[in-house]
Amino acid sequence: MEKPRFATKAAKGIAVVVVLGLVLIPFLVIISTSLASNREVVDNGGWVLWPSDPTLRAYRNILEGGIVTKALGVSVGLTVAGTLFSLACTTFLAYALARPGVFGGKPVLLLILFTFLFPPGMIPAFLLVKGMGMMDTYAALVAPVLINVFNLIVLRGFFQGIPEELYEAARLDGAGDWQILWRIVLPLSKAALAVVSLFYAVSYWNAWFHASIYMESDHWPLSQVLRTYVIGGSQIADTGLSEAGMVSAPQTTQMAVLVIATVPILLVYPFLQKYFTKGVLTGAIKS
Amino acid sequence: MVPGLVYFLVFHYGAFIANAVAFKEYVPFDGLWASPWVGTENFSRMFGDPDFWHATWNTLFIAVLQLVFFFPAPLALALLLHSLSSDLLRRFTQSVIYLPHFLSWVVVVALFQQVLSDTGLLNTFLSDSGLHTVDIIGNPEAYKPLVVIEVIWKDAGWGTIIFLAALMQVDEQQYEAAAIDGAGPWRRFWHVTLPSIRPIVILLLIMRLGDILSVGFEQMLLQRQSVGPEVGEVLDTFVFWQGIVGGDTGYAAAAGLFKGVVGAALVFTANRVAHRLGEQGVYK
Repeated sequence: MEKPRFATKAAKGIAVVVVLGLVLIPFLVIISTSLASNREVVDNGGWVLWPSDPTLRAYRNILEGGIVTKALGVSVGLTVAGTLFSLACTTFLAYALARPGVFGGKPVLLLILFTFLFPPGMIPAFLLVKGMGMMDTYAALVAPVLINVFNLIVLRGFFQGIPEELYEAARLDGAGDWQILWRIVLPLSKAALAVVSLFYAVSYWNAWFHASIYMESDHWPLSQVLRTYVIGGSQIADTGLSEAGMVSAPQTTQMAVLVIATVPILLVYPFLQKYFTKGVLTGAIKS
Repeated sequence: MVPGLVYFLVFHYGAFIANAVAFKEYVPFDGLWASPWVGTENFSRMFGDPDFWHATWNTLFIAVLQLVFFFPAPLALALLLHSLSSDLLRRFTQSVIYLPHFLSWVVVVALFQQVLSDTGLLNTFLSDSGLHTVDIIGNPEAYKPLVVIEVIWKDAGWGTIIFLAALMQVDEQQYEAAAIDGAGPWRRFWHVTLPSIRPIVILLLIMRLGDILSVGFEQMLLQRQSVGPEVGEVLDTFVFWQGIVGGDTGYAAAAGLFKGVVGAALVFTANRVAHRLGEQGVYK
């Protein structure tokens, strides 16, 4: 009746190992290559699986100055400021939409959900940013993506899950909406807030397209720099990386930039991962 | 809450109105409102433009590939994960496969280039082993499968979240009852597991259909160059190239609007079909 247990188990085991390998090996190669010496990379034909003599020279060269350092500053600033703005606006709106009878309620929610199904086009958005005089300002990278509807729905769902009795008790004690939000709702919503902050932070950290059309290259974030010179294949000299006194092979440098662009995400990820399922689900199922 | 509402009014509904530019001959100096109306001229030009049809064809082709290969991938992965008996292994695998979702397309594309280009990991390995090398990056024929594989690598893991949640909600008792009735693992899977997660699969399918013409703008833009517009152009990059790089604003907006309208029509149709089949769909 039952299938042979061993064969099923073995097949599953192999499948899992293959999946893990497909994800992990590229990471390993990139980190290893960025740490390898130039000669080892060249001898190996451009990549290294495990550096025999790890060195941080590629990183030191990049971080000594020049365009990558500057872009790193832009990215960090943008990510921190953008995440704070987005989180604040999303929280307020989500709270208003979660409370019965605060204002407009349902029609407003529908109005917002509609934008999720039918996003405005790229060209109108571009004209709008231009028309508002935001070209080459950091506002152009934050304002048009201020609130993500999905994140809004996740937070709203979470706020709605807080027992009604708590709200009532707070009201009886004379607390206003601000106090309720600050003292009761936010402390109880740490998991959802953590997830939403991560989503915002990651999207700001990874964003490059808006920077490429709205910003002068002096104000580019790291992702856009990475794009121009790792994918676009621009010469290092063009991008000013040579100002940093590049001596290492481009390959190790490229990999080092890749790692620098990825590491912040790898650092926060493990701490927030346990909240994903919970946070995403409350929102997704409610909607 | 005011800034949030203002945001939606300005950047979504404001931009919606700005779509009017599709019916205008945009003169940057005059601005959007002062530019002359040209009626449907942009649209008739668009339908006679072979480049536009190339972009549409590529978009549809990639969309279908994604529907066939990318859409079921998270479901398959979720079923695999769900069937693992070791909790630790399952959680570890989950952590690993969510990860690529958080990388930017720039990083993912760079990564694929490192692995698959003619001097990359795979080809170095092949030539070292005395085998034929394969040109994948920059090969027009491989482009479409490649972009689908990339999106699977990046997001299939992340997509499992929602299916796993649905699987966790399947009633244990149904499995037990089925087992008592003599159903083997395959029959239990077929008659208990699949029906239980059907609503969510259909919901996601509808949402995917509405979005089907968006086959990954950033991803395509990053790689269009390597194979040229004949193969690499999709509707979104067409809009970008014509409007933002080429400055043919009204024309590009027309193409964007076309895409939006077709997408909307697809959502309505899919939702209606879902209702007819007795499913809940996205909205009532």
